[in-house]
Amino acid sequence: MIPSERGLLLRRRLLSGVDMLMSVLATVFAVLFLGWLLWGVVTRGVSALNLALFTESTPGAGIDGGGLANAIVGSFLMTGAGIVLAALIGILAAVWLVEMAPGGALARAIRFFNDVLLAGPSIIAGVFVYGVLVRPMGHFSGWAGAAALAVVALPVVVSTACAALELVPGSLREASAALGAPRWRTTLQVVLRASRSGILTGLLLATARIFGEAAPLLFTSLGNNFFTWNMNQPVAGLPQVLYLFATGPYDNWHQLAWAGALVSTAVVLGLLVIARLVSRHHD
Amino acid sequence: MARVLTGTAELASTPASAPAEVGDRLFGLGTGGFALLVLGLMLAILAFLFAGALPALRQFGWHFFVSSEWNPVSGEFGAASSILGTLATSLVALVVAVPVSFGVAVFLNVLCPHWLRRPVGVAVELLAGIPSVIYGIWGLFVFAPLFADRIQPALTDWFGGLPLVGGLFDGPPIGLGWGVAGFVLGVMVIPFIAAVMRDVLATVPRHLIESAYALGATHREVIWNVLVPSTRRGLAGGIILGLGRALGETMAVTFLVGNAHNVTFSLFEPGNTIASTIANEFSEASGDLHVSVLIALGFTLFAITIVVLSVANAMLRRSARKEAAA
Repeated sequence: MIPSERGLLLRRRLLSGVDMLMSVLATVFAVLFLGWLLWGVVTRGVSALNLALFTESTPGAGIDGGGLANAIVGSFLMTGAGIVLAALIGILAAVWLVEMAPGGALARAIRFFNDVLLAGPSIIAGVFVYGVLVRPMGHFSGWAGAAALAVVALPVVVSTACAALELVPGSLREASAALGAPRWRTTLQVVLRASRSGILTGLLLATARIFGEAAPLLFTSLGNNFFTWNMNQPVAGLPQVLYLFATGPYDNWHQLAWAGALVSTAVVLGLLVIARLVSRHHD
Repeated sequence: MARVLTGTAELASTPASAPAEVGDRLFGLGTGGFALLVLGLMLAILAFLFAGALPALRQFGWHFFVSSEWNPVSGEFGAASSILGTLATSLVALVVAVPVSFGVAVFLNVLCPHWLRRPVGVAVELLAGIPSVIYGIWGLFVFAPLFADRIQPALTDWFGGLPLVGGLFDGPPIGLGWGVAGFVLGVMVIPFIAAVMRDVLATVPRHLIESAYALGATHREVIWNVLVPSTRRGLAGGIILGLGRALGETMAVTFLVGNAHNVTFSLFEPGNTIASTIANEFSEASGDLHVSVLIALGFTLFAITIVVLSVANAMLRRSARKEAAA
């Protein structure tokens, strides 16, 4: 090999090495950021953890102590109601899109709008539900919050359920049809059963998504410093309490915000881990 | 084979299958109703936003979009600062997120040893799963102070004196503004862009890559001469998808942008975005016009998002079709 050629090769390898280094650094940056974020939430959150967090309600302005019991319960109530509503509509809609009218113009249009809804700003859900539920009813309520969360969860459920249904092999449907089962029976007893872990994974992802959503709750459930099971009145949601308390001027509010950040991060990450286990179990 | 086929045909035409057909039709109608509900919801949102925005648009006309006047007391509202802030923070986010996302996607596709692929993939997924409000709190208490004390003075020192771009890096060291909000927004959209880029890069046929290596190409040459040219459209689709996310992100930005109706050209001055303005002012809006103005902002944001997403989807679909043809 003549020297200049060797020099060229060296240069190419060096340049390549620089690019590879950048790529590794980019990955390290992303992973480190996750670590930094989690580290901050865990260290500051743990030091603010105590029993009162789960037994006492959120304190008003300037009042010492307090906990997050009302917000934690409120979040579970609204998330639960929201996901049930979204699951009912979303799974049946996905069944129609994949099983009944695949490839049709209407189905394609619905899928497009679902994609828009999926990536659309979640605060729009809050504004919309304020307009169609809160203003007509005349008051903020837990149901309105749940409805806004359902609007956020619905497109996630539809798209993940569609993906799960599409994974079911056509031969399974044909086998069922060959045994004389009508379409609806095939869908309910064969296709849905075969795709249930995929659909469940989607529901878990949607739950994780809406459990941490603050924006849709700001003008729908509003928040409430008192403990309540009554979804007909304003209800505190954990993420929206975090927003209020973190931007407020009081030290104990900041403490509670960190503790709440830890609790909601733990719940969301827990849901994501369960979702992964469910989908992996099936593979 | 032929016998089986006639058998099915006979089966389908026997009277016994008539109830099954009714059942199928009912099932189709029932599930179809729910599918239409999804479409109806979307149309209802659009109709509601448009109808709610009308009073504001009637009052101010197109002037609404270019005026930066914002005075709830005298009833003067202009959307310019919010729209500008939305675009500026999203642009900063892309500047941060695009190179990093591409690096992550290349790492996962080209460099990553097999055993590391899963953990890195999971870490990036978790980055996407952490709620926006958590990014906000962390940004406000951990990142913004650090940014104000260390990073911002350094940036002002390095770039503040430059002509043209110097003004970008001028401002009070409070750690709130377009720059910080955009940066955190960038970290938030990395997982979305990286996931699309990773999938797009993975569609390049194995034999193309291997023939390039066989010709003696280095990693760098494979990436820039094989992977990128053959996936250009899909990569762009991923970036635009990330842009769509960044435009509508609310909570983290509301924490960090400073929330001032401010037309500024500095990354370090407090500003606002469409989403942060709605989040801040909607529940305490002073009067019907103010509410209508905020809904008009929401309509604008939703319209921008729809356009951006349509472009992203079209690009991703076209890139997928090209792959299918190849």
